[in-house]
Amino acid sequence: MSRFVRLGETDRPPITLHVDGAPVAALEGDTLMVALLSAGGTLRQSEFGPEQRAGFCLMGACQDCWVWTESGDRLRACSTLAASGQRIVTSQPGASWPNHV
Amino acid sequence: MAEPRIIIVGAGPSGTRAAQACVAAGLRPIVIDEARRDGGQIYRRQPDNFTRPYAKLYGTEAGRAQVLHETFDGLKGAIDYRPETLVWNIAGGHVWTASGTVQKAMPFDALLLCTGATDRLMPVKGWQFAGAYSLGGAQVALKSQAVSIGHKVVLMGSGPLLYLVASQYVEAGADVAAVLDTSPFSARVKALPDLLAMPSVLWNGVALTRALKRAGVAVHLGVTPVEIMGDAESGVSGIRFRTGSGKEETVRCDAVAIGHHLRPETQLADLARCAFTFDAGTRQWLPERDGDGRSSVAGVYLAGDGAKILGARSAEASGRLAALAALADLGLPVDKGEMTSLRGDVANYAKFARGLARAFPWPSAQAAVLPDDAILCRCEGVTAGDLRGVMRETGAQEANRAKAFSRVGMGRCQGRYCGLAAAELIAAESGVPIEQVGRLRGQAPVKPLPIAIGDET
Repeated sequence: MSRFVRLGETDRPPITLHVDGAPVAALEGDTLMVALLSAGGTLRQSEFGPEQRAGFCLMGACQDCWVWTESGDRLRACSTLAASGQRIVTSQPGASWPNHV
Repeated sequence: MAEPRIIIVGAGPSGTRAAQACVAAGLRPIVIDEARRDGGQIYRRQPDNFTRPYAKLYGTEAGRAQVLHETFDGLKGAIDYRPETLVWNIAGGHVWTASGTVQKAMPFDALLLCTGATDRLMPVKGWQFAGAYSLGGAQVALKSQAVSIGHKVVLMGSGPLLYLVASQYVEAGADVAAVLDTSPFSARVKALPDLLAMPSVLWNGVALTRALKRAGVAVHLGVTPVEIMGDAESGVSGIRFRTGSGKEETVRCDAVAIGHHLRPETQLADLARCAFTFDAGTRQWLPERDGDGRSSVAGVYLAGDGAKILGARSAEASGRLAALAALADLGLPVDKGEMTSLRGDVANYAKFARGLARAFPWPSAQAAVLPDDAILCRCEGVTAGDLRGVMRETGAQEANRAKAFSRVGMGRCQGRYCGLAAAELIAAESGVPIEQVGRLRGQAPVKPLPIAIGDET
């Protein structure tokens, strides 16, 4: 289920990006955060606890909303625009964090 | 003589007005801003292809927002504007910037820090769950992306933003399950004499609370948060709190926004080696400045909410005033009468801000009773009990020492969201006055940088 709810501005051109290999439908002008959380409930797994995360401040201050490109570049989902053809992953490529559950 | 180089950090209300004053004096200031578009957070602009009108986006402040945006648009040809650029350090007389993977070091004759603010947070057990956001974040979601942070939303904390966000959400059609204010009504009554410094703004606030009542939104005053309920997988599922009369209640929701007014972003002032003093009214350490915005460091000026939380209207006045002070210090002619009048404006805004701080007090006592199993530092999952344990083991009673042992304040946000609460917890636990706990030192880079950063080629 989606976390965010669109309340307007829905008359924008649709775009499709890929998140963890699966297509995600979004709208031109969406941030990555809005694209991902309008399609699903969370952005990433916390490295330090058992819980999933979905961002916090939305203004580039908390860094809770990091996602990655498939090639390993880190993106702040709240301040990066979504675009057609993007291939996003929600865990850091090549990293392995054993969580203390 | 070469034209003096003025660098303005931030393109919100204070940065815009500072830039305007420099341009009027015949200079071409460099304006560095982290965002894609100008406006700052309060007057944040929606993406180009969004169509909502000003009245819908900014409510009672629509006129001010539009004038500020048009002012900035008009300055674009006359300034060296660098959007999407982070200032990550100030050292050796240079401003260090990063844009993408390109870094630069720029010298300056005058530096105006108009860095703005972020939400001030008092942690609540469960605030690490997906679906818990800052109040400012909830507003950004609506203002800049036309989304609600959830299907059923609770807004909790204190401060003018609480009611503003609630009414904006209701008006936009979001389902607001409750507004939970930690401040009691009695605080508002006591603050009235100061709040009357700006009757129209006070009236706007009263109108907002009336609109919420008319919309049938449950508004509770004087609450004590108990817990944000939820689970690791699906996130927030509700909130438990005690009412002003001590009764425990639960509200079901899938999103919670929390915040207790704002805190200034002072890291750059710190890195520029500006002196700080403790402000007892807000229980925050703030950079020192004279009435015009001069910091303790020659050539460095502070304006807007990045220096002290006085609001957007004050930010416009203090941004212009600080720029005029910088121009005067550089030997350029300025209108001394205008500076006197701006000082008066800022003093009046300061009186109103003092009233707001009294009406919506920072609930410092909540840190002392934060349960041991509650997460204090969201970034690294450090609990209140972890910090208390570190204090017992090491005797740490100073913010930076406690940070080194516990990692509270060392994570991704660098203490922006846990630092003030951690200091309150340390003070309560050790019996040391909050000002003696000190403040987390600003560290470069003030935000994470890409590893592959390099000079422009």
